[in-house]
Amino acid sequence: MTLGERRNLTKGLLFISPWILGFLAFNLYPLIASIWFSLCDYSVLSEPVFLGAQNYVDLWNDPVFWKALRNTVIFAAVAIPLSTSLSIGLAVLLNQPIAGQGIYRTIFFLPSLVPAISLAILWQWMLNGPMGLVNNLIRPFLNIINAVVGSHLQAPDWLNDPNFALGGLILTGLWGTGQAVVIYLAGLQEVPAELYEAAELDGTNAWQRFLHITLPMLSPVIFFNVLMSIIGALQTFAVPYILTGGGDGPGRSLLFLATYIYQNAFDYWNMGYASALALCLFVLIIGLSLVTVHYGEKKVHYSGR
Amino acid sequence: MSGRLVLEYWEKWTGFERDAMARVVDDFNNSQDKIFVRFLSVSRIDQKMMLATAGGVPPDVVGLWAINLPSYAENNALMPLDRLVHDAGIHEEDYLPVFWKLCRYRNFLWALPSTPSVTALHWNKKMFREAGLDPEQPPRTIAELESFNEKLTRKNADGSLAQIGHMPQEPGWWMHDFPSWFGGASWDGGTHLLLDATPNRHFFGWLESYPKRFGGPAMFQLRGAFGNFASPDNPFFNGKVAMIMQGVWMNNFIKNYAPARFEYGVAAFPEETEHPGAPMTVAETDILVIPAGAQHPKEAMEFIAFVEKQKNMENLCLGQRKISPLRRVSDEFVKNHSHPYLRTFLELANSPRAQPTLALPTFKEYANDLTTYVNLVLLGRMPAEQARSEMLGRQQKALDAKLARWEQVAPVRVSRWEKEVQP
Repeated sequence: MTLGERRNLTKGLLFISPWILGFLAFNLYPLIASIWFSLCDYSVLSEPVFLGAQNYVDLWNDPVFWKALRNTVIFAAVAIPLSTSLSIGLAVLLNQPIAGQGIYRTIFFLPSLVPAISLAILWQWMLNGPMGLVNNLIRPFLNIINAVVGSHLQAPDWLNDPNFALGGLILTGLWGTGQAVVIYLAGLQEVPAELYEAAELDGTNAWQRFLHITLPMLSPVIFFNVLMSIIGALQTFAVPYILTGGGDGPGRSLLFLATYIYQNAFDYWNMGYASALALCLFVLIIGLSLVTVHYGEKKVHYSGR
Repeated sequence: MSGRLVLEYWEKWTGFERDAMARVVDDFNNSQDKIFVRFLSVSRIDQKMMLATAGGVPPDVVGLWAINLPSYAENNALMPLDRLVHDAGIHEEDYLPVFWKLCRYRNFLWALPSTPSVTALHWNKKMFREAGLDPEQPPRTIAELESFNEKLTRKNADGSLAQIGHMPQEPGWWMHDFPSWFGGASWDGGTHLLLDATPNRHFFGWLESYPKRFGGPAMFQLRGAFGNFASPDNPFFNGKVAMIMQGVWMNNFIKNYAPARFEYGVAAFPEETEHPGAPMTVAETDILVIPAGAQHPKEAMEFIAFVEKQKNMENLCLGQRKISPLRRVSDEFVKNHSHPYLRTFLELANSPRAQPTLALPTFKEYANDLTTYVNLVLLGRMPAEQARSEMLGRQQKALDAKLARWEQVAPVRVSRWEKEVQP
């Protein structure tokens, strides 16, 4: 290394040192410490006592952990495809050259500006069984079905019925699709218009153009959004926590891994067990992200390559 | 404030309850010129105190709940107060026994009471009259409560509930104490949870009878239509629930939110078996503690001792519309108190059958699990026996783990505490 290169390196390191220090103090150290705490009985106020793999054995035998994991995975598996399809559909519609396009775009983006806590409190009322807006919209349809078929269908008590609570939360999540819509809209601007013109000359219909031009050209953006959604969905905490008033929902149907970590760490003072849970979540996120990257990359079309 | 020692005091109260304590703090600050108490209202105080204590910068005085004591004491978060309290001239005999008991754990005194409460049955007299019941005669047994319940419950044409006489989940704040009204307890105070004992079996059986009689989803649907507790839509005020278990503070909410001329009564909550004579209640109290590692414990105790003086305590409890934890109550306190049933609450608190609320080292896990299982039973989604035995399995394991941990640290910790409290 020449003197100049060494100087450059020193300067470079100096400039990024705040980030390095922050990373070491707030990311790497907590990660390593939580690996150690996950092997201990630790209540924060007392010295950790080494337990070996006991926390992991307990976790394996803990039905609540499995319930939380199941809820988290089901939520991610249903909410991500649903919100991705919806936001792509909305983006395509909002990309149509019609009068008032900007106003429509703003309207669909606005809800995603609502903070998670306000959103959860708002949805507490929207999903209220007897009085909620959602059920007020559903009831007329159910009444028609009941009158025609002679059935006794009732609008669900979203937040009190274990069968519907997760569905209610997924519905809540759709409220925030505006953010993804904006990213898809930006992606749609990058699709060359000549591709559509050429396809039209070849006699394709709108659906074929969407399937063979829009989707492939949008695939890098979809890939990015899906990856971020997986990470976000697995870390779901604030909305279900508020929706359930800090609890788990009926029959633990709204207990997520992140909530269970929080409960163990700050309500039960089982920081060792919470660390073991957190590491499981960490491994799950890394694992699913790697799988997504591995398989997703093959399907993504980068026009620059 | 200059030249005075500054004490940091964190409290959980907001609104008029905070204001009542703020006046006592002002009185203390004006009563001398050596100590200045800085009073801060803090949300989620139990968690914030834990983090501040773990970080080595705890406040000097903290207002917690008595249910926090076992886990905080075992986790070395508190300072034992026996010696400081003795030096301050405060004695056990000054307090109603049940509230003193709530401040003790593992043979040490960890706190002194601030504002306490006992639970009691509250009933809506108008609804009693409409149902053909004598509005001056509350139920005395669980069987009677349920017979009244049948008469007070009304259904809509579509089968949904329009109103109900009583439902255990409204407000459901004392689910862990309910076994007391069935002649038992949730914990033996040592190593065993008592969920297998007859009173707990009866309690779970009682819960199971609700979905069978009223329909689980129907009860939760009715509950979904309830408004906020502190609002005119409180189900007790707007005639949705006729009988509830509540504390002494309820009168204040009735005055602020219930319709004009709202008529209600207060009596001991009915037990499974009638006990003539002394009434049964479960007591709880807000407490003042000094965190472990606090910098000025002597001065902190001087402030706490000031709060505990009869005059100041009565000012605080009057301001918060609660009862006093002290054995001696002045005539002015009774005269100036706005609660029409103050004497009923005082009688309950003084009763030899008044029991302290469940103070379990694993309280939060226990209470959280109980809510889950009770709701499943009330929804009719899980048989009571399954819920009770699953709950026992999980919670006994959690308690065993906590106690095993305690056994490891107990010798060192107890001997240090003993040294700390020696005169």
